[in-house]
Amino acid sequence: MGLLYGLIAVGLALIFGLMDVTNFAHGEFLMIAMYLSFFLFAFFAIDPLLSAPLVAAALFVFGAVIYLLIVRFAMRAKANAGMVQIFTTFGLAIVMRGLAQYFFTPDYRSIPHSWLGGKTISVSGIFLPEPQLVGALVSIAAFAALYFFIHRTDFGRALEATREDPGAVALVGIDKNRVFAFGWGLGAALVGLAGAIMAVFFYIYPDVGASFALIAYVTVALGGFGSVFGAFAGGIIVGLVEAVTALVLPPSLKSVGIYAVYLLVVFIRPRGLFGSM
Amino acid sequence: MDKNFAARRRRDLIIAAVLAGLAALAPLFVKDVYVQNILILTLMYAALSQSWNILSGYCGQISLGHALYFGIGAYTTELLFTKFGVLPWFGMLGGGVIAAVIAMGLGYPFFRLRGHYFVIATIVIAEIGLLLFQNWEWAGAAMGITIPIRGDSWLKFQFLRTKLPYFYFALALCCLAWFVTWWLEDSKWGFWWRAVKDNPEAAESLGVVVFNSKMGAAAVSAFLVAIGGAFYAQFLAYIDPESVMGFQFSLLMALPAVLGGIGTLWGPVLGAAILIPMTELTRSYIGGSGRGVDLIVYGALIVAISLALPRGLVSLFSRAKPKGATR
Repeated sequence: MGLLYGLIAVGLALIFGLMDVTNFAHGEFLMIAMYLSFFLFAFFAIDPLLSAPLVAAALFVFGAVIYLLIVRFAMRAKANAGMVQIFTTFGLAIVMRGLAQYFFTPDYRSIPHSWLGGKTISVSGIFLPEPQLVGALVSIAAFAALYFFIHRTDFGRALEATREDPGAVALVGIDKNRVFAFGWGLGAALVGLAGAIMAVFFYIYPDVGASFALIAYVTVALGGFGSVFGAFAGGIIVGLVEAVTALVLPPSLKSVGIYAVYLLVVFIRPRGLFGSM
Repeated sequence: MDKNFAARRRRDLIIAAVLAGLAALAPLFVKDVYVQNILILTLMYAALSQSWNILSGYCGQISLGHALYFGIGAYTTELLFTKFGVLPWFGMLGGGVIAAVIAMGLGYPFFRLRGHYFVIATIVIAEIGLLLFQNWEWAGAAMGITIPIRGDSWLKFQFLRTKLPYFYFALALCCLAWFVTWWLEDSKWGFWWRAVKDNPEAAESLGVVVFNSKMGAAAVSAFLVAIGGAFYAQFLAYIDPESVMGFQFSLLMALPAVLGGIGTLWGPVLGAAILIPMTELTRSYIGGSGRGVDLIVYGALIVAISLALPRGLVSLFSRAKPKGATR
């Protein structure tokens, strides 16, 4: 589970952490991805595992379009930019939830038979559910790819430079909007991947994103803004803490452990575990 | 003190008195219970948002966890009333004091955090409060508390046949929150807060004790919000953790101030006057289908206003006037 939280969080880490744009609609991106993978399954009988790349690609386009149509303008605000971003993306989240209710109805849906659903695999005597296992592998791969991408490619450097000083990068010929649109697309694609895997073993409904979004924010902040590795580590910690809390406290309190650990970490290290900002 | 500023403050006070007077007369013309309900909610959110604005607008410490104080106000009042028979008026004050103490207790570690780390910490602490109340059997857990009906009385602050007393209380609370803001704006605290918001390092170097001034703002803000929570509990006569401590309350408190103009005297009132009726009307006229059209309209309006007017709706009024009298 921790690695899946990690996977949801990486997308956010990219948008929230690396580009320093608040995105309160992240959970809704996840919701859209889950629906997409549900409909691809329901209408075309494509297994979520196969459709995952399709969903990720669709979310990439979606994220980039959202940036170009809306977020770009929110970032231009001269007065209290932080609040404008929070509430623009929050309004966007409400619209997306409303649209989902309108078109998909508030019914709970699930993908009943898939290649992975409900199966377990035995690793030296320990039974692991397959979907979670595949999710974990995908998320490790995604982290590695993103880490490489940010730190070893020109684009990654351009992204970081653009956050630091948009004026200066414009001088060396980097189009800020193109870089950020790409970054948003990438962030959305990652959460799309997470959504496609989670669609296998979670109920899908218009508000599903909200419950994961807060954990994703906490994960990113726990790891520290501006650090891909931090989000990865944050995801693992959150997953472990949740599992341990669930053993000690009643299940309904399992999130308390996550929140408490976040508070503890930032009180000791106000910039998160691996934060650079 | 510059003359413009003093004149503006006098004018604000007069406008507020006139508006409050007009609002007090409103029930003479509005007999419809549905409309009265909207008016009460509007006034309540104006008061809450005004209180939120003290910490987040003036002092610049964006909190998205004020639902915690709202819930504490509601729960203190109702637990004292149902378990020990303490009158809601005392419970209300008690809730306010408890909220203020908790705000300061939390402020001690919280105010070292900055930016997103602070905002997320405020969300998280309110979520912890919500989960704890949901699992606290003695306080009704997730089922909540139904307030026993003891008949109409001011003493018990409970009215079944009429909504008017609630209306006047909400109006009084709104005026109180406004007046406190107005009064603080010109006090040394107000100046400290704006300095802390704009540049904490510079403020510190000029002798403002940044930490204490944040604590002051948090305490005042939490106290007033808790009073609002106590009012809401009496008004609904039923509370459960999700309905008084949910994350949506934190956002609903912040939203009027942000749309109206964060860190301004009139922003929260103006924002609430437009936002709350809009919310209620879209919900009852186009939300009936249950298909989320109201959410689409509501969300789109929030996006449009925050993009078009980053300084809030008050900026529509102040454009003609000389800028920056307060800075």
